[in-house]
Amino acid sequence: MNYLSLIVLLPVLSFILLIVFGKKLGDKAAHLSIAAVGAAFGLSVKALLDAMGGAHADLSFTWLTIGNLKLTFGLLLDPLAAMMLVVVTFVSLLVQLFSVGYMHGDKRYGWFYACLSMFTASMLLLVFSSNFVQMYMAWEGVGLFSYLLVGFWFEKRSASDAAKKAFMVTRVGDLGFGIGLIILFITAGTLDMSQVFAMKFAPETASLIAILFFFGAIGKSAQFPLHVWLPDAMEGPTPVSALIHAATMVAAGVYLVARAYPLFEQGPAAMEFVAIIGTITAFMAATIALTATDIKKILAYSTVSQLGYMMMGLGVGAFAAGTFHLMNHAFFKALLFLGAGSVIHAVHSQEIFDMGGLSRKMKITSLTFVIGGLALAGIPPFSGFWSKDEILLGAFESGHTAIFAIGLLTALFTAFYTFRLIFVVFFGKPRGHHGDHVHESPAVMAVPLMLLAALALTSGLLGSPFMGNAYQSFILGGHGGTEHHINYLVMGLSIGVAVLGIFGAWLKYSTNLLPSNVMSKNNIIYQLLVNKYYIDEIYEYTLVKPTHAIARYVLTFDQRVIDGAVNGVAWVISRIGGGLKYLQTGYAQNYALVMVISVVVLIIWSFRAIQLF
Amino acid sequence: MDYPILSIIVFLPLLGALLLQFVPREKANLIRGIALITTLAGLVLGIPILTDFVADQSAMQFVEKQVWVPGLGISYYLGLDGLSMPLFLLTLVLTVISVLASWSIKERVRQYFSLLLLLEVGMLGTFVALDFILFYVFWELVLIPMYFIIGIWGGENRNYASLKFFLYTLAGSVLMLVGILVMYFTSGLNTFDMVQLMQAGYTHYLSTFVFATFFLGFAVKVPMWPFHTWLPDAHVQAPTAGSVLLAGILLKMGTYAFVRIIMQIMPGEFVRFAPYIAVLAAISIVYGAYAALSQSDLKKLVAYSSVSHMGYVMLGLASLTQISINGAVLQMVNHGLITGMLFLLVGYIYERTHTRDIAKLGGLSIKIPILGGMFIFAALASLGLPFLSGFVGEFLVLLGSYSAYKVYTILGVLTLALGAFYLLRAVQNAFYGLPPASMEDFKDMSGREFMSLIPLVALIVVFGVYPKPLLQYIDPAVSAVLQIIRGS
Repeated sequence: MNYLSLIVLLPVLSFILLIVFGKKLGDKAAHLSIAAVGAAFGLSVKALLDAMGGAHADLSFTWLTIGNLKLTFGLLLDPLAAMMLVVVTFVSLLVQLFSVGYMHGDKRYGWFYACLSMFTASMLLLVFSSNFVQMYMAWEGVGLFSYLLVGFWFEKRSASDAAKKAFMVTRVGDLGFGIGLIILFITAGTLDMSQVFAMKFAPETASLIAILFFFGAIGKSAQFPLHVWLPDAMEGPTPVSALIHAATMVAAGVYLVARAYPLFEQGPAAMEFVAIIGTITAFMAATIALTATDIKKILAYSTVSQLGYMMMGLGVGAFAAGTFHLMNHAFFKALLFLGAGSVIHAVHSQEIFDMGGLSRKMKITSLTFVIGGLALAGIPPFSGFWSKDEILLGAFESGHTAIFAIGLLTALFTAFYTFRLIFVVFFGKPRGHHGDHVHESPAVMAVPLMLLAALALTSGLLGSPFMGNAYQSFILGGHGGTEHHINYLVMGLSIGVAVLGIFGAWLKYSTNLLPSNVMSKNNIIYQLLVNKYYIDEIYEYTLVKPTHAIARYVLTFDQRVIDGAVNGVAWVISRIGGGLKYLQTGYAQNYALVMVISVVVLIIWSFRAIQLF
Repeated sequence: MDYPILSIIVFLPLLGALLLQFVPREKANLIRGIALITTLAGLVLGIPILTDFVADQSAMQFVEKQVWVPGLGISYYLGLDGLSMPLFLLTLVLTVISVLASWSIKERVRQYFSLLLLLEVGMLGTFVALDFILFYVFWELVLIPMYFIIGIWGGENRNYASLKFFLYTLAGSVLMLVGILVMYFTSGLNTFDMVQLMQAGYTHYLSTFVFATFFLGFAVKVPMWPFHTWLPDAHVQAPTAGSVLLAGILLKMGTYAFVRIIMQIMPGEFVRFAPYIAVLAAISIVYGAYAALSQSDLKKLVAYSSVSHMGYVMLGLASLTQISINGAVLQMVNHGLITGMLFLLVGYIYERTHTRDIAKLGGLSIKIPILGGMFIFAALASLGLPFLSGFVGEFLVLLGSYSAYKVYTILGVLTLALGAFYLLRAVQNAFYGLPPASMEDFKDMSGREFMSLIPLVALIVVFGVYPKPLLQYIDPAVSAVLQIIRGS
């Protein structure tokens, strides 16, 4: 067996064992799952090295055949897939380690690890797929485990509501993806990626299919207007938020666009669409994050915004920059979420204004969180800077001036809300009543933070001029590289807004230099932001309530009109024949009725037969 | 095959039912045991069918043919092809499961199991009969035991439901009988031999009339909108095993008859009316899903969801593409497994909680985590989650239907969201949250219940992960159907 399939199969095996023996294993459940994902990580690194050496494995097996249709599934290893494999297995490994501490003592501990294992397997299959149907299947698979993990504490109504919402909203997007698959199949006659990518499509067709695919990405990657599920999904355990709702699954939409890039590139309208949706999302979510006060919700909106940033990059044609940001973001956002988990673990609250001054008691958590924050805010040399800068550069150089400007503004907001969070939570005086019992998390939680912090510090350098833009040449291996140069104007602006944002947050939240009423809560803009632009309410009144109303109407129609007609016919017949007064009587009469009818039928039939022969 | 394997399997349950008449009626466990052994023996005898079936052949296999009434051209004619074989085996599996699910029947045990075995004879026979008279006899044979099972062991409103079921489907089968007779007298072949009629094709100025009688007879069984209202009533009132077999097998008799009889004997008529069938199918899909959404009775919810899922089957047939028909046949099997499992679980839950009202349930995943997990699994399979069998059939139907009916296909895709909505809503309200304080404690899944559920879980996963083995039987038969249709 080829080692590539083991990357997917090891976590599957772990899942099966945990489902069957989970209860008996107790704490060992974690060991099993971690061992499996650890091995998968090792093999993924090997796959990455092989991909650097130019390997392009495409194992395949026939999933089904119908007439001339042959659906062949396989594992496709190219630079993009290899990069994602390493990111997914690495983050999954660290999150699972972290969870040993975080989830300790939970009554469904084995189930938790079973779900994490199978989520990882599905995500790896998604990354690896060589066929769009296969990818779609894995895509729904990750959605399922996201559903189960968001609703992990299903006793809580808010958790089960959030889980259902996550599944439903992403499924709405997936319907577009599904229709796109059908149209692609009708147009191309195949759903095999390498065959599809070798084809020429008319621009309108390519745009149509690509936009339909992108609906799936809008759902999965929480882009406007289907972003509403992601903040609610924070009901899940925090390690889950780090793995699924920050680093990997939500990036699957970005990955889909990157994966199907040869198709998107043939549809200029689709590219514009991606860029515009990405920009709207990036800006909108960043503004909502400015007013949020729940540490996980701030990070969730930040994730939505950063995913929008990636889409913006891909949409303006900056393929390398978009995927580069995906990778960097996976590390620093997983770090920030796990850091938030560490804080929540200590403080038992998610409200940032219940916290304060934590840096004195939680040194590792604070330090690593600040590193993650600097990466998110885009301060060099931290990782986020390099990819964000490249995205802005891509927008600038492709002539998307408006997108560039909004991108800059978003970067300003990003730096502001990130450091608002940092100043409020880690600096200043303690608030609330968490008092003295706050302590640093155990090593099993601290070590993953340190490892991710190291990456948040360094992963960006891979795509920097200091390393000869190694990331870009690797990822573009198959796409024909573009020339890299430094635009000091863009870079200067990008650093400038980041510094300005941090300065603003410092001024407002760490000093008394500003009058306290500098940002009034009584204006329309604040109300709009704190209510998240009322998008949930809009859905409630335009979609959810009408759906229920139609359902009730259909049911009434069914009982009154259709069944009414049926009963009416029966009544008429019974009046005519007078025979159906048995209707309300016991079985003896029913017996008789059956007998009579059967006999009558038989007599008529025999009569006809005899008469004619 | 050197022995009449199909006859043996079909009539074995009859033997079991006769044997039961010699057992004293108070020996309930012995009666149950005999019923279980009889159905299990049928399943074991069915193994050679799976191993000896030649996949890439569209002709009938395991054929048994004896002249019965020579003057009338009636013969005792049995056989299987890739369309009927999966349904035949499905029947064997689901009957064993139904027997296991019927352990809790306490009244008139002997009569109950005798009827269940008789029902199995009818269901199996319907799928192997290749002579119209034989087909009709088996078809009717299904009706009577099911009528009694609902009418005697059913819920509070059983008399109304069973009579409605009986009259409705009897009306359908009488129409079918009229169609058979008219066809017989006008085809000029003087035969009830279905294979011969398939080869000859029935064209006559009365074909539209015959088509109409068949159509109504089968559409009631499927059931297609607007002939479906007997189904929710019958399901809600039927005992668990009745619901399982009703959804798992009886509905498939309708869709199977569409493929076997209408599409192959009167292909011209089918092609002519396919656009109208597609409309009804699309309505069934959307309407069934909406009706399921506002249900608070778990059983009714599953019943209406069946109307929607069977709509996909009919859409696949009406689209007349190789992919969509394969998908439709596959979906028949998958729907049997998945909906069978859902009804089984609703039954097991009802035995514990004595209610099916979603509003009165809650927190079942805490009370009965394993049964709860099983229900969630079945719900996910039903809403078309990939890697579970429900996905493959519906995916193929939609993939194949688009070229024929764009709008209905897109409607079908969009309805998948509603499917997720009503099922996840039910899961949330019944299984998540905390159990109501008034709910007493009860045991989680028993060994017997486990045995009845695990084969379904296994098959749903296997067919979902790797559908090729199943499709390799179905595809040649579908090719043969399409050849007939293209030739018309």
